[in-house]
Amino acid sequence: MAVFALVFLAPIAYSIYLSVFRTQLVGGTSFVGFDNYRQALTDPLFWDGLGRVSLFLVVQVPIMLGIALLVALAIDGGRLYGKSFFRISIFMPYAVPAVVASLMWGFMYGTRFGLVGNLNDLLGTAIPDPLSPDLILAAIGNIVTWEFVGYNMLIFYSALRVVPHSLYEAAEIDGASQWQVVRAIKIPAIRGALVIATIFSIIGSFQLFNEPSILQSLAPNAITTSYTPNLYAYSLSFSGQQYNYSATVAIIMGLITMVIAYVVQLRGMRKES
Amino acid sequence: MTARPRRALRAAALLGVASLALTACAGGGDTAGSSQDPVDSETALEEGGEITVWAWDPTLESVAADFEAEHPNVTVNLENVGTGNDQYTALQNAVAAGNGVPDVAQIEFYALPQFALAQSLTDLTTFGADELEGTFTPGPWQSVTASGGVSALPTDSGPMALFYNQRVFDEHGLEVPTTWAEYEEVARALHDADPDAYLTNDVGDAGFTTSLIWQAGGRPYQVDGTDVTIDFSDPGTRTFVDTWQTMIDDDLVAPIGSWSDEWYQGLSDGSIASLVIGAWMRGNLESSVPDAAGDWAVAPMPQWEDGQSVTAENGGSSLAVPAASENAALAYEFVEYATVGEGIATRVEEGAFPATVAELEDPEFRGEEFEYFGGQAVNEVLADSAAQVAEGWQYLPFQVYANSIFNDTVGQAYVSDTTLDEGLAAWQESSVAYGDEQGFTVTE
Repeated sequence: MAVFALVFLAPIAYSIYLSVFRTQLVGGTSFVGFDNYRQALTDPLFWDGLGRVSLFLVVQVPIMLGIALLVALAIDGGRLYGKSFFRISIFMPYAVPAVVASLMWGFMYGTRFGLVGNLNDLLGTAIPDPLSPDLILAAIGNIVTWEFVGYNMLIFYSALRVVPHSLYEAAEIDGASQWQVVRAIKIPAIRGALVIATIFSIIGSFQLFNEPSILQSLAPNAITTSYTPNLYAYSLSFSGQQYNYSATVAIIMGLITMVIAYVVQLRGMRKES
Repeated sequence: MTARPRRALRAAALLGVASLALTACAGGGDTAGSSQDPVDSETALEEGGEITVWAWDPTLESVAADFEAEHPNVTVNLENVGTGNDQYTALQNAVAAGNGVPDVAQIEFYALPQFALAQSLTDLTTFGADELEGTFTPGPWQSVTASGGVSALPTDSGPMALFYNQRVFDEHGLEVPTTWAEYEEVARALHDADPDAYLTNDVGDAGFTTSLIWQAGGRPYQVDGTDVTIDFSDPGTRTFVDTWQTMIDDDLVAPIGSWSDEWYQGLSDGSIASLVIGAWMRGNLESSVPDAAGDWAVAPMPQWEDGQSVTAENGGSSLAVPAASENAALAYEFVEYATVGEGIATRVEEGAFPATVAELEDPEFRGEEFEYFGGQAVNEVLADSAAQVAEGWQYLPFQVYANSIFNDTVGQAYVSDTTLDEGLAAWQESSVAYGDEQGFTVTE
């Protein structure tokens, strides 16, 4: 219990403590109550960042989970040759640290010396610059999808593995098609796993940080210091010395994430019962 | 007053006497009471002790080793806690926490006011550093004294010059530009002749932009204690914006960020054919772009008005003694050794560009022919630039933060329909808001 208090509660308590003060370069520290919260809730930079990760969430997460589900079903279906090879090669990117993955993709995105540049030279195409402000969010989505499809696939696949075989046999006797088996047996059986994966992905989207932070050095004008709420909190704290405001942004972001994850969980549970 | 330390320096260099003697000389002219007795510095060195130095400048390693060798009782712990902003964050945290503060810290000129204002640094006047005025070139000296007193001593400087790729210029029959108007013409001619080649690169760099405004006579920042004025609408800024907006609009600057791999490749293969940049680029080209040896040459910085010879500083670092140092006297001895003492020779040898008049006027330094630059006596051009730096420039007491949001605001001019003007206005607005929030009295 003491360990729990020290490791989990103390940092949160300290952040809340920080968030009700304000330290100025001139004038020192003073107690400001909920001023920081008021400021954050009316801060366009914060809302822009939140809007961006929300857009990311509604577009990228379904694509990623959809691909993961398809791959898991394909591997589980047993019709695939080299099943374990597929499984391991799709899971492999998850073993690559996010920082390395972002760097790697960042180099590939380069229109001059990167893969995109080479393709343009070779095929005479004009693939637009993935690091331009208009496309950078999609470029980040691509990296994140590449990284996490394997991870989610593994969650789905392991859930599929525990479905009793007698159900499939019964379905076969009833003359059910593969598609019916998938819809009536497999998907309902792994609903729990789907909900868990969705919640993880929501949290992951709201906490988007590594990828934009790394790509920032390659595309400083496309990724602003407030590109995602997490990046904003980081910039506030490390270049602006606004620790108090940074703590406030972090707390608000944590609360929003919790609420949304909780809503999704409730919905997921209700359908299950 | 300016002649004394310089003469002392020469004597030190010629006779090879220990920095101890130099200190004694330099300290000799001090008025009683305002600074330490020369005896004190000797005592500090003899008594010895341990000092911690936070710096990322690689040339300081040899300097620290030499200093230890000369003073057996002294231990110098040289620590690299990060470059630039990372180090400032660590330093700020240490100062706030009240422990773990180093005795000496490397701080770039643009970040000095921020630390000086917070009273995090020892005023080196206490040790007689104000006597060193004529020892350093005007630009760096102005930077370390901008906040009143002497906040630090300059280690290197970045008087700007035009580094250009002679091979590319010859290939396309281009003349070396002497004004910014010519620079624009050359940029156009080169890019027309070879669409893959650019005269220079720029994706929005706070240091570069402020330096060019500095050269053009703009003084957007005025700082008097906690009273700050930020105004990017003065004529100097206009001059810069007019030219540079055309460079961006007409696609005459390569969209490549400085220090990126693509940048180094461009410098190497000639697709980035010139840089207007600080003198420290000499050493950087030699070590980081070895394949282009023999291609590069150096010319004076292009001028805003024909016939002028005005330059600005771009970058440059200093060594400061944090106020929380428990061994300030010894720390100062090290700072002095590294910046005005024998440390300079070591550092120059390892590629640093000095900030001291004696070195810059030294015929041997000026006359050195660099194989990399096709045998050109590069230092002559660079040292001349150091003497022509425009006066009166000030950085904000929160420049570190302001620079961090440069790409959020001005940077947009490079990737969207936003103009430089609008970008600078947005930068000004955000800087003003931050200044207000931090308790400064800011006027626009």
